[in-house]
Amino acid sequence: MVSTAIEVKHLTRRFGQFVAVNDVSFEVRAGEIFGFLGSNGAGKSTTIRMLCGLLRPSSGTAVVGGIDVAADPEGVKRRIGYMSQRFSLYELLTVDQNIRFFGGVYGLTPERLEARRAFVIEMAGLRGREHSLARDLAGGWRQRLALGCAILHEPAILFLDEPTGGVDPISRRQFWRLIDSLASAGVTILVTTHYLDEAERCHRVTLIHAGRLAAIGTIAEVKRVFAGRPIVEVRTPRATDAMLALDGMPIVEKTSLFGTAVHAVLKNFSLQPSTIAGELKARRIPVESIELVEPSLEDVFLDVVERAEAGRSAGS
Amino acid sequence: MTKAAAVYRKELRQIGRDRRTLLILIFVPAFFLLLYGYALNFDIRHVLLAVQDRDGSPESRAVVSAFINSGYFDFAGAVYGGAEAQRKLDINDARAVLVIAEGFGRDVRTGRIAPVQVIISGDNANTATAVLGYAGSILRTVNQELAPGGAELVPPLSVEPRIWYNPELRSTLFLVPGLIAYIAMITAVASTALSIVREKETGTIEQIRMAPLDTFSFVIGKTIPYFVIALASAALIIGASMLLFGLPMRGNWLSLLIAMSLFLIGALATGILISTIADTQQLAFQMALLISFLPTIMLSGFIFPINSMPRALQIVTHVVPARYFLIALRGIVLKGTALGPLLPQLAALTVYAAAMLGLASLRLARERV
Repeated sequence: MVSTAIEVKHLTRRFGQFVAVNDVSFEVRAGEIFGFLGSNGAGKSTTIRMLCGLLRPSSGTAVVGGIDVAADPEGVKRRIGYMSQRFSLYELLTVDQNIRFFGGVYGLTPERLEARRAFVIEMAGLRGREHSLARDLAGGWRQRLALGCAILHEPAILFLDEPTGGVDPISRRQFWRLIDSLASAGVTILVTTHYLDEAERCHRVTLIHAGRLAAIGTIAEVKRVFAGRPIVEVRTPRATDAMLALDGMPIVEKTSLFGTAVHAVLKNFSLQPSTIAGELKARRIPVESIELVEPSLEDVFLDVVERAEAGRSAGS
Repeated sequence: MTKAAAVYRKELRQIGRDRRTLLILIFVPAFFLLLYGYALNFDIRHVLLAVQDRDGSPESRAVVSAFINSGYFDFAGAVYGGAEAQRKLDINDARAVLVIAEGFGRDVRTGRIAPVQVIISGDNANTATAVLGYAGSILRTVNQELAPGGAELVPPLSVEPRIWYNPELRSTLFLVPGLIAYIAMITAVASTALSIVREKETGTIEQIRMAPLDTFSFVIGKTIPYFVIALASAALIIGASMLLFGLPMRGNWLSLLIAMSLFLIGALATGILISTIADTQQLAFQMALLISFLPTIMLSGFIFPINSMPRALQIVTHVVPARYFLIALRGIVLKGTALGPLLPQLAALTVYAAAMLGLASLRLARERV
């Protein structure tokens, strides 16, 4: 049993002049749900493609399931499962035929395929729908069938690339329960997502920005960037004016809009929220509520991205 | 090999369920055959002929009836003056005018040279040439019948043309093999190209790339169903050509199968190559049109003889597989040629197929770097 499922060291991928993934290093432990966060084009997909043996690294190494992806990409493919946001199923094949096809592609023996087929149908809640066409399935079922097809060969490591896009909240919840049960059965899961509430369900996350790792750790660990920097949440009908006013205060480091509320990051704990509320009211900005809040992952994400951007412009 | 079988089974099931593709693969070729087979006909018959008989003698009437009864000309009315004849030609009421001058009968009887004028509308050079030929041969026959003294004037030498393989010189017999090549090319190139590009569009190709499926199994599994379908479709159009257009089958079916298979493998590989370049079905179709269908029509000798092309184009025709296939197909079907004399053509088809398969595999393998 390998305790490290994925080990990435100084992984870099260039496309001509463009550096899509820049000197990325991290480790994923066996049985861990590892979240991969970042905006579009940050380098998430490129990293996953390298880890799956689909793209050769320009430099650095990645060892997945004990195999160096650059040395033996086919060996890696046999040990991993992959499911993309497009739930790549054959629309014109039935549930059953899709499962049989992917079983065939993974080289499963007929007996094993039979057992796995039954398992997948059960897991995805598709019993009675074995002969429905994939295109006639609703989003949640398609998603679970795609997951089932990706784990037919019982991979030790599963890559999920934005697996819950376009799926209703109930199906999302169901899907995450499946992920949890896979992880407790010892499967290592690397998942990319846009949904920060989903990221909170990961054991550890990493934030990738502009091809570089910006933060890594448990949720609590990454939130520690806000140690000593309290966040004040202000609810007001005049959010834009409130942001301008807050930005003008020396104590305020920065502000950002969260839904209808404004989050202000303070430089230290020297001021009480009530004092800030008073200052806002003095400028005739009505304050419905003001309180100290725990940093959300979104706060962390924005903060990390801003710092990375600041670091880049300072460096260049 | 079991992986290739999985791809193969999946592909067949998909085709079976995709009515539109199935329709395209089976009925469109037959439809093309009917359409082109009947429309593409270079035989010139039923040419509208106006007659200006200013003589009205038994001899002049003999000339007129020889024209009308030849089967090449249809009587388009009598005209009584040059202006009227011109008007008929102008409005396309006639394609040619036969003019017989006054005194024609008398000249014939007295053994003098009796000219007959045939005015041909030259706006279609093809028709004009053919009409000229028909008129000449009809007049030669009439000449012998009308000549006073009969046998005395029979020239000492005469040409007796014999046309082999296609004695009636029906252009259909020449064109149908070309059509078969053309239709087989369309089916094979378009079906594989579109089937792989569709997987790109729906994203399933990504899933397949992530799986431990080697290029060889993928290509084999993808190609065999379309190979079988293209072969069946080719058999269907050959059968239809025999039934509808009287295409003979003078050669060996096995030779035909070998030549056809080599040609189809090259075409299927071309389809795969296209699919590695194009990302949308629309682009794939346009590329297929450009690099396979058009050369098959224009540069294979299907319609335009290669020998009369400019030198540069003649060189280009060497990379058009249909060029070799057509020689083989016409040879086997029309002449009953054995495989031996066709070895250079079969070798060329093999080289083409190998080159395309090599290029396609190379591109497929490179996509993962």
